[in-house]
Amino acid sequence: MNESINIPWLVGSLVAAIAFVALNASMLVWLERKVAGHIQRRIGPKEVGPFGLFQSFADGLKLMSKQLIVPECSDRILFKVAPLLVMVPAIMSFVVIPFSENLVARNINIGLLVIFAFASVNVLGLLLGGWGSANKYAVISGARAVSQNVAYEIPMLVTVVTMIMVTQTMNLNEIVLQQPDIFHWYIFRLNASPLMPVAFLIFFVCSMAETNRAPFDLGEAESELVAGFHTEYAGMGFGLFFLGEYANVFIGCSLATILFLGGWQSPFGVFPGVWWFLLKVYTLIFVVMWARWTFPRTTLYGLLNLSWKILIPISLFNLVLTGVMLKVF
Amino acid sequence: MVDYFKELIGGTISLATGLWITFKYMWQPVITLQYPRQSVKMTRRHRSHIELARDSETGEVKCIVCGMCQRACPSNCITVIGEKSEGAKKKVLTKYILNYNTCSLCGMCVENCKPEAITFSDEYNMAGYRKEDFIMDLKKRFDEKNPKSAAATHNVAGGLKEDITRTSSN
Repeated sequence: MNESINIPWLVGSLVAAIAFVALNASMLVWLERKVAGHIQRRIGPKEVGPFGLFQSFADGLKLMSKQLIVPECSDRILFKVAPLLVMVPAIMSFVVIPFSENLVARNINIGLLVIFAFASVNVLGLLLGGWGSANKYAVISGARAVSQNVAYEIPMLVTVVTMIMVTQTMNLNEIVLQQPDIFHWYIFRLNASPLMPVAFLIFFVCSMAETNRAPFDLGEAESELVAGFHTEYAGMGFGLFFLGEYANVFIGCSLATILFLGGWQSPFGVFPGVWWFLLKVYTLIFVVMWARWTFPRTTLYGLLNLSWKILIPISLFNLVLTGVMLKVF
Repeated sequence: MVDYFKELIGGTISLATGLWITFKYMWQPVITLQYPRQSVKMTRRHRSHIELARDSETGEVKCIVCGMCQRACPSNCITVIGEKSEGAKKKVLTKYILNYNTCSLCGMCVENCKPEAITFSDEYNMAGYRKEDFIMDLKKRFDEKNPKSAAATHNVAGGLKEDITRTSSN
C-alpha cells in the first residue's frame, strides 16, 4: 500500500511502539498482581500510588539501578545478546499490527507472515539465554522452551493457514475490514467452517503456550528450575525478558483479536476505532491472566501430549474441513 | 476413539468449571487483614497476660491482697504488695508485680482467686527490647486504664526497683 517510505512516520511509530511496550508491560504487571491477588482473595499491590498503580514503575527503577552481573563461565556475547533477541522481535512485530484503520506503522501485504517470522525468533532468545548462562537449570529450561515452541508452532500455523484460506489475504488490515460487525467476526463464521470457535480456542491456547505463560510456563518452572532461562540474569537483563514476555502476550492477543474478533471494528458497526481494538485485546489478556491463576502448571509430557494428540489432529481436521467447505459452497 | 472424545469434552468442562470458580472468587471481598493497621479482635477465651478486674460498684480493683495467686503461681512470677493504712480494716493493694518473662499463662492464679479479681486480658501485641520491659506493675496499668480511680497517695516511683530485683531473683 504505502509504496514510498515515510521516514518521520516510521521513526515516530518505532518510538511509540517502544513506549507502548514499556508502558503496557508495567501496567500488565500491576494488573497481573491485582488479578492474582483478588482471585486468591488478597489485595495485591496497594502501597505505591493510588491502588498501587506506581508499583511497577518503582520495580522498574529498581531493576534499572541494579548491576548487570555476567557470570564468569558464561558465553559473554550470547549472554548479552539473548535478552535483545527476545525484546527486539517483539517490538518489530508492532510494526504491522493495525491498531485502527490508519494507525498502523507499515500496512504491508504479508503482515501475518511478518509477525510469525519475528515471533519464531523469540524462542531463539530463550535458548541462547539458557545456553549462554552456563547453568544446568537454564540449559534444561532452554531445551524445554524449544520443544514446547516447536510443538505449539504447528497447530498455531495450521490454524493460521486455515484462516488465510478463508480470508484469502495476509494483510492484517484487510482481514479486519472483512469483519464489519459481530456476525461477520471469523469466530462466528460457521458457514466457512463449523469449527471456527474451536479454531479460535486452539489459536488462543497455542499463543498462550508460545509466550510461555502459565499453565504452560515449563521454561521457568520455579519448583524445578529455580527461574529457568533467566536464572543468571540480574537487573535489566531480567527486565528485558519480562518486557519481551508481556509484549509477546500483547501480540498474541492482538493477533487473536485481528483474526477472529474483528480487530478495531465495532461489534455493532458504530464508532470503529482503536478503543475497540484495545478493549478486545485487554479482555483477552485478562483471560490469559485468569487462566494463569486458575490452572496449575502442566507436566512436560502433558504439555506435549496436548499439542501432538489433541491440538494438531483437530487443527488438521479443521484445515481439511475448511478446504472442503470452500470447494463445495 | 470414544474415550478420546469423552476425555476431551470432560477435560474441557472441568477446565471451564475451574475458571468459573476463580472468577467467582475474584468478586468476593478480600479477607486479608492489614496487620499493623487492623488487628484481629480476640475471642473471650483468649489468654494473654493477666490483668486486674475492676469492681463495677466502687470502680476500684477487686483484689483483697490475700496472696493466693502468689502462692498458686508455679513459676513464682507474681508479687502482691499491699499496705494497711491506719484505722482501715482491710489491706489495700499498692503494687501487683507480674514478671511476664517467666509466666506460662497457665491460669492457676485466675482459678485460685476467690474474689475473681484477676482476668485474662486480650492484649497480644507485646514487644520490647529488654526483658525488664515485661516486668510490669498491673496496679499501675489498672490505674492508667481507669484514671479516675487513681489514688493521689499512690506512689509508683518509689520501691518499684527493689521489687523488680526481688521478683527477677526468684
